[in-house]
Amino acid sequence: MAALTRIEERQEANRRLGLKLLWLVGGSILFAVSLVPLYDVFCTVTGLNGKTQNTAAQSAAVVDENRWVKIEFTSSVMPGLSWNFHPQQNSIMVQPGKIETVLFEARNMTNQVVAGQAVPSVSPGSANNYLKKIECFCFVRQELQPGETRLMPLRFYVSPDLPEKVEAITLSYAFFSAVKKAEQGERAAF
Amino acid sequence: MSYASTAGHDEHHDHPTGIMRWLTTTNHKDIGTMYLIFSLIMFMVGGLMILAVRVELFQPGMQLMQPDFYNQLIGVHALVMIFAALMPAATGFANWMLPLQLGAPDMALPRLNNWGFWLLPPAAILLTLPFTLALFGIGDGAIATGWTFYAPLSVQGGIGVDFAIFAVHILGISSVMGSINVIVTIFNMRAPGMTLMKMPMFAWGWLITAFLLIATIPVLAGAVTMLLTDRHFGTHFFNAAGGGDPILFQHLFWFFGHPEVYILLLPVWGFMPQILQTFARKPMYGYKAQVYSFWGIGVLSVVVWAHHFFTVGMPVPALIYFMFSTMAISVPLAVLFFCWIATMWRGSMTFETPMLFAVGWIILFGIGGLTGLVLADVAADAQYHHTYFVVAHFHYTLFAGGIMGIMAGVYYWLPKMTGHMYNENLGKLHFWLTAISFNLTFIPQFFLGLAGMPRRIPDYALQFADFNAVSTVAALVLGLSQLLFIYNIVSCARGGKKATDKVWEGSDGLEWTLPSPPPYHSFTVQPVIK
Repeated sequence: MAALTRIEERQEANRRLGLKLLWLVGGSILFAVSLVPLYDVFCTVTGLNGKTQNTAAQSAAVVDENRWVKIEFTSSVMPGLSWNFHPQQNSIMVQPGKIETVLFEARNMTNQVVAGQAVPSVSPGSANNYLKKIECFCFVRQELQPGETRLMPLRFYVSPDLPEKVEAITLSYAFFSAVKKAEQGERAAF
Repeated sequence: MSYASTAGHDEHHDHPTGIMRWLTTTNHKDIGTMYLIFSLIMFMVGGLMILAVRVELFQPGMQLMQPDFYNQLIGVHALVMIFAALMPAATGFANWMLPLQLGAPDMALPRLNNWGFWLLPPAAILLTLPFTLALFGIGDGAIATGWTFYAPLSVQGGIGVDFAIFAVHILGISSVMGSINVIVTIFNMRAPGMTLMKMPMFAWGWLITAFLLIATIPVLAGAVTMLLTDRHFGTHFFNAAGGGDPILFQHLFWFFGHPEVYILLLPVWGFMPQILQTFARKPMYGYKAQVYSFWGIGVLSVVVWAHHFFTVGMPVPALIYFMFSTMAISVPLAVLFFCWIATMWRGSMTFETPMLFAVGWIILFGIGGLTGLVLADVAADAQYHHTYFVVAHFHYTLFAGGIMGIMAGVYYWLPKMTGHMYNENLGKLHFWLTAISFNLTFIPQFFLGLAGMPRRIPDYALQFADFNAVSTVAALVLGLSQLLFIYNIVSCARGGKKATDKVWEGSDGLEWTLPSPPPYHSFTVQPVIK
């Protein structure tokens, strides 16, 4: 019988180690889930991946009169949204610190009320944290009546701390259909 | 010897017979056999899929199939080969050989083991069922995104994506259970006196693989679950409009995907030195160096993932980090290569089929590794990314480095498992046909990639026609020569020259102290290692 108990002891030890390893699996699952917020935080802090901080910025104190930076605008409309959408100017020259306003024009081509959400992206990514938006149509969901055309302002400035090597910044807007989010209120999940 | 006392032990048990034996078995040898047979079947299924693809690519233009069906074939081919052929083959060897090599009576958690295997067939059915459903007008076929599930394409795909997601869930659960079993077996079931640094190399390879699986499979499961909720439950993990990010998917996927490469290869790196020392008739060179290299590669493999998408638009510091960390892997890998070569150095070598496969494997896997260094270079990768160069590279690592390695293991252990010698001449013919046609299939693809032919496209420009024709003909030969492999295995299982206990003159290790085939229950009294 001594042999039998030894086998039972070992089975018990095996079960215990197996359960411990199951905790390790649980830890990995937790890690996988936490990667989502971690990724967001990482991108927002570093400005990688063109993720912009989509909240209104304070205006800058000083204007760098000796420097000009080219700001280019691109626009696109994602599938599922029948809008026309483009900036009124394709590019402007700005002085760092000076507040500029650019108008974007959106037109609802359908005969229904349609809501859209603009998602910005900045290239190069390293310039991301230096492009400060004071007011932007991308902060909230836009709802257009059938056939309505709307002029939407973007007020921004480029921070004077912008690294020397950056001479041009592209700000891209993609308009997504936001129909499903109508029920969820104004919260744009950024 | 301890095994002598177990020889008459079998009759005392009341084994179910017929199908119930296989459904309910908790015996490591039965389960190992089922894993290996399942793997062989899925290897042929995945092979048939890619042969259809190669035939389509024989000439420019669309001959056989619609582009969407082509996309389904390449994606399911990869999923089948990785999850249903290579991984189960490695687990099959683990089941068969770990208890024998460690001097254990069975795997540590036998019922978990049974469950782990029987999850596989349903998963394989889930993966391939959409092909059949499409014939009856249900859905639009299997997953057509390639095996990487990249969002947003996979968010928009048809029901095939859902089937693949569930299949990956099930396969993942199966792998994690198998890994837990392997770790517990290695930690708790070794023969008295067998310290960790005395255990066979194969156990080391599998131990690292098992830890990598436990660390990374949940990340894949998490990623595809997010994909599932994005598709059906209104979340926006990978949808930019809702604040998500499709690039996040690539990070999650490759956080699993790169260690997966080593998960597939480490078990092979484990038993390959054992084969080399058997046929070189001298002890393995650099046991400790190999163990430490395994650990080094295991740790490095989880911090290099982003080299799979250098072109996605990363900042330069990230590119440089991922380039250098990827290249750093070649240091422990080079240590392994030198150990393998040094094991053969001045040995009394003979070239039976397992040794042919082992030596061919070193050369071909070496090519796979070196072309990987080219791709790890950020500047070069911009040119080679998503071309056939990548396809050729990872087939050198996964077909030559993975499957040809597994074949070496099959020929090496088949006499032990069946008790009969396989047909040596057929085995050698199989090796030469496989090695030559493999090279003729994939060397042209290196050139195609250098010339700029993109992967995953069913049609191509005229200037790529000749290389593609060569590649297709060679692929057909490669596929057909695997029939020799199956014939040899089947006839070996049915009969043939009796194998001795030791099988090979230079074999060394506990599994060779047992009769061939080993009794149903072995090492019920554990041997003592001095």
